[in-house]
Amino acid sequence: MTRKQRRLTLIGGSLGVLALAAVLVLSALSDSIVFFNSPSDIAEKKPAAGTRVRIGGLVKPGSLERGESLNVRFAVTDGAHEIAVRYQGIVPDLFREGQGVVTEGKIAADGSFVADSVLAKHDEKYMPREVVDALKKTGRWQEGEMKTDAHVVDKPTMSKTP
Amino acid sequence: MIPELGHYALVLALALGIVQALVPLVGSLRGDAALMRLAGSTALMQFVFVALSFVALTACYVTSDFSVANVFENSHSMMPLIYKFTSVWGNHEGSMLLWVLILAAFGAAVAAFGGNLPATLKANVLAVQSWIACSFYLFILLTSNPFLRLAPAPFEGKDLNPILQDIGLAVHPPLLYLGYVGFSISFSFAIAALIEGRIDAAWARWVRPWTLAAWMFLTVGIAMGSYWAYYELGWGGYWFWDPVENASLMPWIAGTALLHSAVVMEKRNALKIWTVLLAILAFSLSLIGTFLVRSGVLTSVHTFASDPSRGVFILMILIFFIGGGLALFAWRAPMLKQGGLFAPVSREGALVFNNLFLTTACLTVFVGTLYPLALEAITGEKISVGAPFFNLTFGPLFIPLLFAMPFGPLLAWKRGDVLGVAQRLMAAFAIGLVAIAVTFVAMGVTSVLAPFGIGLAFYVMAGSLVDLVEHTGVFRLPLATVRARTFGLPRSVWGTALAHFGMAVTLLGIVTASTWGEERIVALKQGQSTSLSGYDMSFDGMTQRAGPNFRETVAKFTARSGGVAVGLMEPSKRSFGARQSTTSEAALLTRGFSQLYMSLGDVNEDGSVAVRLYFKPLVLLIWLGSLVMALGGLLSLSDRRLRVGAPKPAKKASKPSSTLQPAE
Repeated sequence: MTRKQRRLTLIGGSLGVLALAAVLVLSALSDSIVFFNSPSDIAEKKPAAGTRVRIGGLVKPGSLERGESLNVRFAVTDGAHEIAVRYQGIVPDLFREGQGVVTEGKIAADGSFVADSVLAKHDEKYMPREVVDALKKTGRWQEGEMKTDAHVVDKPTMSKTP
Repeated sequence: MIPELGHYALVLALALGIVQALVPLVGSLRGDAALMRLAGSTALMQFVFVALSFVALTACYVTSDFSVANVFENSHSMMPLIYKFTSVWGNHEGSMLLWVLILAAFGAAVAAFGGNLPATLKANVLAVQSWIACSFYLFILLTSNPFLRLAPAPFEGKDLNPILQDIGLAVHPPLLYLGYVGFSISFSFAIAALIEGRIDAAWARWVRPWTLAAWMFLTVGIAMGSYWAYYELGWGGYWFWDPVENASLMPWIAGTALLHSAVVMEKRNALKIWTVLLAILAFSLSLIGTFLVRSGVLTSVHTFASDPSRGVFILMILIFFIGGGLALFAWRAPMLKQGGLFAPVSREGALVFNNLFLTTACLTVFVGTLYPLALEAITGEKISVGAPFFNLTFGPLFIPLLFAMPFGPLLAWKRGDVLGVAQRLMAAFAIGLVAIAVTFVAMGVTSVLAPFGIGLAFYVMAGSLVDLVEHTGVFRLPLATVRARTFGLPRSVWGTALAHFGMAVTLLGIVTASTWGEERIVALKQGQSTSLSGYDMSFDGMTQRAGPNFRETVAKFTARSGGVAVGLMEPSKRSFGARQSTTSEAALLTRGFSQLYMSLGDVNEDGSVAVRLYFKPLVLLIWLGSLVMALGGLLSLSDRRLRVGAPKPAKKASKPSSTLQPAE
């Protein structure tokens, strides 16, 4: 092989691998990304049942119910709208009524939300950035009220997806 | 007084840094040896002053001087002494100070141990290193001064984030920074070579030990961070594809590629331009990682303190060094001479294959990490890209890489014989197939992919041993020859085999822990028990304990296997008064390479406690494999060839001696 042929082999191989990677990335992006929504976004967009989303807001005071075998029900609110959430498992240390929360899961047929992970902030002072943005949209957030921080969302407390 | 001295020492380091960034460069352009030699002394002094500054901050922490704002924010007089030391870098300002300390240490190390480098290369490397150092000194002094005072001084500090009050903080950040920052040396070497417009095999030999050292630290640093997250965060996982984790993984992948391409350059004088580019990219990814973690653009676990105004400053540094580095590369690289030829099937070809797949895998991680940020910046839409994305992209790219791994070291340089190598790998193939069959028989067809993962791991392990067997001649040569060959074998060959073996060990741990791990969440009352993976856990009751700066509620469990008690497990919840926050401390019970993992949930009104239990089969192999990889790096680093450095051309040295020489 001449130098030119070798270079062509190399370039051809590289392009092949890159094309493979591009296909993988594009297909994975269309399948596996999850959109973040505030309760108002959900009320407005009404995503189809079974859609995987993340919802963020405050745990509505007075909405938390603990049932048998670690079942938890609560409502997530951004002031304007709220959505009922069901979850089975252990909630994070700093999960409390009136505090910020981000949950990930699927919309059920009745419009409620079945979470398979609940993420809470990790420090009393801080609020998940996504929650702050959701609250800002509905005017429930005063600048300077709390310090926001990037380090707030805990790793999820996972339960096996049912 | 001490904080002011620390601040002043850092300003002096900056002043020295500016001298070092300019004078040696001028010296190398003019060929003035005195100006070039200056770089060595300034690099050493820079390190001394940064170290003084760091010691000053540490002294403030150890003496709990709450008149320093940084100490007030992140420390507490009741905190155990070890955490007073580690909390120095458990915050933004202090960790940047650690960053520049390590940067200065690497600069000083080049000055001290780079005796065999040509004078101009050494001068230029140290000058470039100082450019980086100066930009970060400025960043600290202008935006993140750790020595700011508070008046009046508070009586008590606000305590360190409880999640950081762990031995992990003593280990993970320094190791990670040694890795991250270590790639700055490769970068400086690359830029220096581009400035000179001359690069050869010797360059690769000089730059390789530094890259290798940084890579080792980064490997261990990432592994320790992963283990820390595993036991501290209480969710039982060891890798979350969190942007901050990815920020450390990307330089690691690029660094791994660099190590391999530098071999080709050193041995065959080929792939020069590519190696220089990789050296620039590896450090660029380190800088991007620093930006992601330190600027607060992420919503992520590790970013402990942040401020958007700092983000812009780091972004400027980023643009200057990455943009400048790549521009210089685009301008000068075409002038570099082409190296040796090789057939596509050869050792060089295999290393190109390695580089191709590693850089592509790195690219997919890059896309997955930055795409959500870009999308949010452009459309305002918020998405999260999690594990499924990376499993679908990174995984498929790593499989061919692992499959090809045992082939590489067995192929001949210039022109290799794939069939011949495949023949020599027959035993490895057989072991892999047996492993697949055994897994299917033992575990049933619960997961179709996992047995192939196990097979791949065993094949790579056996394959890396085949390389050693081939070199030493075990099984085919007389014993005496084998012994002679074993002792005569270059340590880098052992290093390669060990590092590849470690990779396979990690793979084995990942596959078994994620496939056959079990998880159970239950609520238990005192006296009740639950079972998981053949272990019975009985709940013996709760107690309260007081720690130095926290109170903890401990649940006591006895783990039994076949009726025999094998250990106590005491998961707990700690509440820290100063921050009014709670952390869960998981309990781990190690059985061989497997672990039982238990973390505590809420205590209910009826007296029952919620616990999350995991059984993680062979999970320890994940981190042990990483340690084996790093050990391989260490062996390779101790290779005589690297220690001694490039042999100096003897002829040139002897020739001038016969002619007249000016007296020095």
